[in-house]
Amino acid sequence: MAEAVQHVVEARWAPVGRCSSVTGVAMGDEDLVQAAAAGDRRAFSELLELHYDRIFRFSFRLTGSREEAEDLTQDICLALPAKLKSFHGKARFTTWLYRVAMNAAHDRRRRAMSRAKAAEGWGDIEMSRHAEATGRAADLDWLRRSMEVLPNDLRDTVALTVDGEMTHAEAAEVLGVSDGTVSWRLSEVRKRLRAMWQEETGR
Amino acid sequence: MTDPLDDLKRAFERSTPEPDVERRKANLARAQELLDRVQGAEAEQRRTDDRTNTWAGIEQGVRHMLNALTSRPVLAAAGVVAVVGLTALLVTATRNAAPPSSVVVADAGVAPELAVSPAGDPGPDRPALAPADERQAEPGIVQAEPPATSAREVIGARPALREATVSADGEASEVVVTEVSRPPEAPAPPGRAEQSFNATIAALERQRESLRRQLEGLPGQGVGEAPPREGEVRVAANALTVDRFSLLAASPGEPRASRVSNTEAFANEDASPVKVTSEEPVSTFSIDVDTASYSVVRSSLTNGYLPAPESVRIEELVNYFPYAYPGPEGSGAPFRPTVTVSETPWNPDTLLMHIGIQGRRPATEDRPPLNLVFLVDTSGSMDQPNKLPLLVQSFRLMVGQLDPADEVAIVAYAGSAGSVLDPTPAADRGAILTALDRLDAGGSTAGAAGIQLAYRVARDMAAEGEVTRVILATDGDFNVGISDPEQLEGFIARQRDSGVYLSVLGFGRGNLDDATMQALAQNGNGQAATIDTLAEARKVLVDQLVGTLFPIANDVKIQVEFNPATVAEYRLVGYETRALRREDFNNDRVDAGEIGAGHAVTAIYEVTPVGSPAVLHDALRYAGRAAEPPAVAESRAGSRELAFLRLRYKEPGEATSELIELPIARDMGGAGTDQRFAAAVAGFGQLLRDGAYTGDWNWSDAIALAVANTGDDRYGYRREAVTLMRLAESLAVTE
Repeated sequence: MAEAVQHVVEARWAPVGRCSSVTGVAMGDEDLVQAAAAGDRRAFSELLELHYDRIFRFSFRLTGSREEAEDLTQDICLALPAKLKSFHGKARFTTWLYRVAMNAAHDRRRRAMSRAKAAEGWGDIEMSRHAEATGRAADLDWLRRSMEVLPNDLRDTVALTVDGEMTHAEAAEVLGVSDGTVSWRLSEVRKRLRAMWQEETGR
Repeated sequence: MTDPLDDLKRAFERSTPEPDVERRKANLARAQELLDRVQGAEAEQRRTDDRTNTWAGIEQGVRHMLNALTSRPVLAAAGVVAVVGLTALLVTATRNAAPPSSVVVADAGVAPELAVSPAGDPGPDRPALAPADERQAEPGIVQAEPPATSAREVIGARPALREATVSADGEASEVVVTEVSRPPEAPAPPGRAEQSFNATIAALERQRESLRRQLEGLPGQGVGEAPPREGEVRVAANALTVDRFSLLAASPGEPRASRVSNTEAFANEDASPVKVTSEEPVSTFSIDVDTASYSVVRSSLTNGYLPAPESVRIEELVNYFPYAYPGPEGSGAPFRPTVTVSETPWNPDTLLMHIGIQGRRPATEDRPPLNLVFLVDTSGSMDQPNKLPLLVQSFRLMVGQLDPADEVAIVAYAGSAGSVLDPTPAADRGAILTALDRLDAGGSTAGAAGIQLAYRVARDMAAEGEVTRVILATDGDFNVGISDPEQLEGFIARQRDSGVYLSVLGFGRGNLDDATMQALAQNGNGQAATIDTLAEARKVLVDQLVGTLFPIANDVKIQVEFNPATVAEYRLVGYETRALRREDFNNDRVDAGEIGAGHAVTAIYEVTPVGSPAVLHDALRYAGRAAEPPAVAESRAGSRELAFLRLRYKEPGEATSELIELPIARDMGGAGTDQRFAAAVAGFGQLLRDGAYTGDWNWSDAIALAVANTGDDRYGYRREAVTLMRLAESLAVTE
């Protein structure tokens, strides 16, 4: 499983070597985006195919529930066509994509809040209970308890960086904060998690 | 010890699921279709862009002129008010009449089909040039492509634009890091440019939502087989046209001079769109008895500027005023709904369905004893005449109204939280007033600690048969010392279960965090009101003391199911922030608004009858089958029912809800003075927001309607509203 994931990641991160069916030459993410923004359906399809799983996994890390992750992924996919034009190639496409995804996640949180729902995602007990019924119960439960002690900004930072695909600088760009803030947040995460785990095992 | 982050990483690797294959396929397909729509819409806009920026306004004008002409007999029959409205419509329509507009109407219907081809595509290595309208709204493009005059105006007028870019546009975050030297987490100040940008993003998102709903709705409707892909695309195209309308209609005059810039953050959503009954027959929302938005609007207007559109929550404006709806009789439900159906002031071809809910007016003499904890923000920012001093005066007024058996405690919070007055019977007024006078502003706000202490005091005071409430008075600046407002909300939501209510009173303006206030009050079974004058304090704390402090029904939810045989489209006016999911209606675990004793709550729908020329969605053209009423509704078509109203509520302290049901017919009774005044206020609110649905109906129409329906207006609230409308009218002209 881990091996398979690794393989997919490599395939997706390869900057060149893919062939756009339109131009017949190798295109990187950035070229694909340009073409997609200009209405090239196949370039867009290729781009989304390539990044779909990444978006989904990130959505899962942000929300902690499969259902929520599916919904968020859908939001992101449907937001992309309109947003593509605002990608100018200044940042790496994946960085930009994470930013779009993060905004969509914040949007969902805000909407959930305005619907007078007290908690969402990682904080939603009902979701977690549902998950407990499945096979991944133990891991998920542990994850849930860990993520729940983190406020949203720390959670977002963890979701961005925990799989090691992003540098702190890139995560900072996505979050709109400084590199230092990202590092500070991660040390804060370590501190809080240690405290929580100590409290749990100490009892 | 291992690195917790490594442990997290491994746990994520083990438990992250694979995405669902079917949804993956569906998402890819939908996104692809959306891409086509976006491209098509651009091509369409490039063409319409050749005309002046105000074409949408002109088009609307003519549409309404046509509407007015075709339904003159209806209007004439509607009496004095309607005649005033007609005159106004005709006058403005004449002023607006311009040759190309009829062409525009035709365009809008046809464009999506034509637009599918990538007309005007500049080539693969460069994205298509956005038309001027979009450039104003898309800061990323504004920076890259400055030549359009209007875009340059935006840049000149709004230095905050670059920051605004960042908040919604991923890729531009680079700009932030290098060009904006503000604390990393601070929100960009809201500006006009950002608003217009947000409005566009919001419009795009609405578009997306509406597309998604249309697409989702389709497969389920076919018998046995999904409709052909072609059909889906066409329906989507149609929806897009309608949404573009509202987007463009809102744009003229947008990129003007900035409003007063401050750090206020408002909780609001985009205006509820027009829904097609056959696609989405059920509308569900939580009642809202808050009035905070009205005070914000009043304060803006009296200070000489139009309120920020997102600060206007129409239902809060409407609910600000007392209405004399008939109350419940006997010992049944704690409130009674009254529904009327009448002509819409701003559209002769639609109807206003007005739902008025009146809470039981309890006998004040046998009310239960009250335990009140005043939680007072004494931070440095409160040291202004319209904040702490006004707050103290307000509480003095209120203390004078309490019964001897009531108890009051006071907790102050600034740098640290502390009890200023231990629970004291209201009989000992002297002690309470002295404690109030001792309150002094200084230090920074630590709202969380104060709230925790206040709830602790409140729980100690609570006893069987008594009502306990924390009254938080603040200028809303919760930012200092709190890492996470959501944690605070979570805390309050948990306290809700202990039976302690929370009211939030906002004082002053400037850094009033309206969004946080709303969230706190909503999560705390309470209300939010903004107090900017002593008169307002009297209204909230004295005139409505009983209602504000004694809930008679909790978690009140409204669900309206429209009859597709009689209603083609509907739109809920306001309540954007209170929308509930359809399934939440019957879920007693989902929180909703409270009604206090004597409270009246009003909800207004604008409904478009089947066959009305005002129908916006030409659904028949593309999906005739989908628009046909379902068989069940067909069989009830003879009933002439417009809709079916369901209300759910819980008696205070109960966990399970009660249900009230009421069929709504066209001839239920027309609007009275109260309903017409409420309609005037709802129209006023829409004009303040964007006027996307009010067409030619303007400030003077709102004023005329309000003036004609002030009724006896014991406290002068309605006359004050008329004054505000006049202010808004003159401000709108000069802006």
